Amino acid sequence: MNPAELMAGLPGDLIINAIPVAFIMFVVLNFGGLLTWVERKQSAIMQDRIGANRASIFGIRILGLLHPLADAIKMLTKEDFMPARADKLMFVLAPFVSVFFALAAFASIPFGDTLHLFGRDVTLQAVTLNVGILYVLGMLSLGVYGLMMAGWASANNYALLGGQRAAALMISAEIAIGASIMGVVMVYGSLDLQDIARGQGQPLLPKIFGNWIPAWGILTQPLAFFLFLTAGIAATKRIPFDMPEGESEIIGYFVEYSGMKFGMFAMADFLETVVIAGMTTALFLGGWQVPYLHASGFVFPWGGTVALPHLMVVGLQVGSFLLKVVVLIWLLMLIRWTLPRFRYDQAMRLGWLGLFPLAILNIVVTSLVLLAVGR
Amino acid sequence: MPAQYQQHGQEMDPRHSNRLTVRQRFYLVEILVGLRLTGVRFFSNMWKHTQRMFGVKGVRGAVTIEYPEERRPYSPRLRSLHRLVRREDGSPRCVACMMCETVCPAHCIYIVASEHPNPEIEKVPERFDIDLGKCVFCGFCVEACPEDAIRMDTGILEFSSFSRFGMIYDKQTLLALDPAKPDGSPASPVPIPADRRI
Repeated sequence: MNPAELMAGLPGDLIINAIPVAFIMFVVLNFGGLLTWVERKQSAIMQDRIGANRASIFGIRILGLLHPLADAIKMLTKEDFMPARADKLMFVLAPFVSVFFALAAFASIPFGDTLHLFGRDVTLQAVTLNVGILYVLGMLSLGVYGLMMAGWASANNYALLGGQRAAALMISAEIAIGASIMGVVMVYGSLDLQDIARGQGQPLLPKIFGNWIPAWGILTQPLAFFLFLTAGIAATKRIPFDMPEGESEIIGYFVEYSGMKFGMFAMADFLETVVIAGMTTALFLGGWQVPYLHASGFVFPWGGTVALPHLMVVGLQVGSFLLKVVVLIWLLMLIRWTLPRFRYDQAMRLGWLGLFPLAILNIVVTSLVLLAVGR
Repeated sequence: MPAQYQQHGQEMDPRHSNRLTVRQRFYLVEILVGLRLTGVRFFSNMWKHTQRMFGVKGVRGAVTIEYPEERRPYSPRLRSLHRLVRREDGSPRCVACMMCETVCPAHCIYIVASEHPNPEIEKVPERFDIDLGKCVFCGFCVEACPEDAIRMDTGILEFSSFSRFGMIYDKQTLLALDPAKPDGSPASPVPIPADRRI
């Protein structure tokens, strides 16, 4: 069987569809691991410190990049403690649930336009879903089950309270996330993240600005951007919204966890950070769009064109998506190392009396504007 | 002045008020102010780190002293591990007068005296042990010594052992030590404790 025939049949389908999946797994898992390094180093640089730089292999330190590896070895070899009265199944299952849904959430986030390879069209998205937004929201919501299971199964009242705080925070954050996304959905008229990303390549108000400004979500929905980012940070359960965890004093849902099970909860937080950064990119920062880059190459509004081969265009798009995600992660880290923690009641008030009404207001204003202007 | 101590009719400095201003209450502006502070600090330090990486001298992005490799300079008055001062022939200058053992508030010095072959020198310590597990580093022994035979100027601070027995340093060990270099860093290696495991 020659390669062309092979690529035409079922094996070809599998290989082609495996490309985006493998890419997503590679990128997200590596980002999750690297974020432990980013967190240490970025906070150190912000605070006039050097940061962890001691882990070495044969004296080679490479800026402390070996610390994630050292962490993994440490966590895997630590005692895996389980409380005597814990619910064995739930206790073991909880960290896996937490990590699984955080990983799965990235599946419908597009990281590039259609790739033409071997006469096939591959949508650069692990799963092509016409309700991609709902899928990501659903996965983020399901992630909280891991935390509640952990809190309940630990047979520890502190952990139980931590799990409840996690559930309460997640509900108030997700209401705001869902409501703030509605504005974006109305503007671009789709629940498919790929459609929304494509819509953001269209010019914004062509009658006034011509082709100069692309219609990125942050320009069409600036309020929703702030609301989504705030609620998204809350959904990651990191400072300033880390009252489910509060390692240092209020004690969170994973008190009883040790070793790699604890590491998986920490990992889930980092993965959720990546997911929120990816979602924000896809919804508000144009996804994989590069300004003025079309399928055939750059078409500048002042009249110049630069033709580019297809693979280079796709490469630029994927690079642009990753760059935006990295910048957003940097911003999320900056916020995490700048703000103090909200109290429980403050976070609830922010979610229900701040973000949610503003998101509703955003929906109303957006629909009125859309009625007046047209899409 | 905190709000609860405010006198009637007195104007309060808004920075000390317990009440938040409208801007602070809105929170978003204050968040952006804080993010600008940390963000500017991040980029300025990042620039300094980058300069340092490319070999620009005298630029530091961090205040960290990386301890085992670099040390903060010690004060010349620092009281560090004791040493016994040697005569020119290498024997201890100590005459076993028991002054230091007597003055020691922690009772950590143990001396056994013996006859010195030179009739001009009365005695010599047969044993001179300091239990550094008990020592409080008060320096009284140095002050009490009439012969200037014990000093605490080695600059050695990192002595440790696996047991209490290992913290007892004998005459030979203490005699072998040299005074610290002018910058305060130790000139002798850290003495190997008796219970060292390799």
